[in-house]
Amino acid sequence: MALSVDIKKNLGDFDLNIKFRADQEVLALLGASGCGKSMTLKCIAGIETPDCGVIKLDDHVLFDSERKINLPPQKRKVGYLFQNYALFPNMTVVENIAFVVQGTKQEKRKVVTEKVKMFCLEGLEHLYPLQLSGGQQQRVAFARILASETKLLMLDEPFSALDSYLKWQVEQELTSLLENYNRATLFVSHNRDEVYRICDRIAVMSNGNIDTIRTKHDLFESPETLAGTILTGCKNISTAKKINDHIVFAEEWGLQLQVDRPVPDNVQYVGFRAHFFSFTKHEKNEFEAEIVKVVEDTFSFIVMIRPKGLDVTPLRWELEKAQWQSLDKTKLFLSIPEDKIILMKK
Amino acid sequence: MDVSPFIISLKTAFLATLITFFLGIYAAHCVVKMKRFQGVMDTIFTLPMVLPPTVVGFFLLLLFGKNSFIGKILLSFDLTFVFSWEATVVSAVVVSLPLMYRTTRGSFEQIDKNIIYAARTLGISETKIFWHVILPNAWYGIIGGVILSFTRALGEFGATIMVAGNIPGRTQTMSTAIYSAVQAGDNETAFQWVIVVVLISFAVIMLMNYWTSNQLKRTRRLSKKKRGADSGVVC
Repeated sequence: MALSVDIKKNLGDFDLNIKFRADQEVLALLGASGCGKSMTLKCIAGIETPDCGVIKLDDHVLFDSERKINLPPQKRKVGYLFQNYALFPNMTVVENIAFVVQGTKQEKRKVVTEKVKMFCLEGLEHLYPLQLSGGQQQRVAFARILASETKLLMLDEPFSALDSYLKWQVEQELTSLLENYNRATLFVSHNRDEVYRICDRIAVMSNGNIDTIRTKHDLFESPETLAGTILTGCKNISTAKKINDHIVFAEEWGLQLQVDRPVPDNVQYVGFRAHFFSFTKHEKNEFEAEIVKVVEDTFSFIVMIRPKGLDVTPLRWELEKAQWQSLDKTKLFLSIPEDKIILMKK
Repeated sequence: MDVSPFIISLKTAFLATLITFFLGIYAAHCVVKMKRFQGVMDTIFTLPMVLPPTVVGFFLLLLFGKNSFIGKILLSFDLTFVFSWEATVVSAVVVSLPLMYRTTRGSFEQIDKNIIYAARTLGISETKIFWHVILPNAWYGIIGGVILSFTRALGEFGATIMVAGNIPGRTQTMSTAIYSAVQAGDNETAFQWVIVVVLISFAVIMLMNYWTSNQLKRTRRLSKKKRGADSGVVC
């Protein structure tokens, strides 16, 4: 199962310009809200029509603007799990599943019994969607998609309608489902943690474009682009200027930073994660820090600091509570490990 | 007392509501799906609600009068439309259609779009979606529209008197009977009909409110009966 997408669509504020390929894997589309993630899914499903381009699922052409092919959603065999699960409110669990099965009554009954068992829906068969919890609704929505025999699965922010407690349970269920679902899956989210736990490869989207597609380990280790760095949760980002092959100047922090690898000529931004500050003495990139603000978080302290005597944008530093409490705050020396610095070309 | 205005009014209102029911749903379905001219069509269907009844009557005369195209065809079958009972029905349909159309359209548009999209991606045909997903989920609003249309058809006066006239025993409805009685200074008859009209309308609106609150209660009961929190079962 392979999906290939190469489409363009004008969205008013910006152009959607998407090109990617997904094989039998879970591919994430990670991006801030409003960057065109859901629109991409809708184009693939046939709910929206791209201005031009090609969408192919294996050898099956779903959309081709040049050959004037535009299959209706009914013929695309693309499963779409909506944010709010979109169960038919007027039908019970069993009716919701049976409604999408083609065939005789016996065949319908067979599929329904099978799916009810597979998704642990026993006891809920005759309830209406309104009577189900978020997690149960998601299971029914899943059962319904699998009952309709789709070749591709698309999940649109499947956890955003759930509270954080439920979210974890539902995510566990989804992960185990995906393990048994041997088809291409697209997972849309703006949450880096979710994406990291669930997916193999990640496509970073910003302003209607795919910035980069990489494996998750690769992406989180060296995001390379500004959008990627922000989306992977890096809190400290500054514009940068190359000084020499191993030194870069972070303009917003007023710091010259030594880097353990060659600095590219066209470096534009430099980033540094809030957890990676080191306070062992006499290391590279050491500076005396001045505390601007201290915020107590649930399990950590967030400390805003800046190089002493400089009126620059503060950096965010996060550390465990015990660590912070045992620290000498009168003379604070911090350093930025050279291997933890993120360099971005765009 | 001659009860014919009562019979004629009810017959007219029932038949008109039946026609409006199908026409209104069809019109709403078409307009919601339309990509171009949606605004124009919406205005056309809504217009009879805001136009003076005399204007509606005038248009109906233009359309169905003896010199019109339709009028001539009817005449060739020895039929006349003007001053017939059928004219009371047509007038009532025209003025009640906007209410049916608008409430139905409103309830069509209130349906979560994702439900319809989901049905499409799951391979359900458009016809099946309309009958099994859109209609059942809009039912509540549609019934409201039917009740409003019925009361409006029952109370229709202006277009009716212009197109169907006020012929006792044939086209005289309760509304036109009240008008004639007042004109003739027969306040007692007028009063009787007024009471009948008010009672029927009152009953119908009460029925609608009862229906509304019942629906709300049903929804609340359903969502209260949730089966507790998630079991966290992983299959």
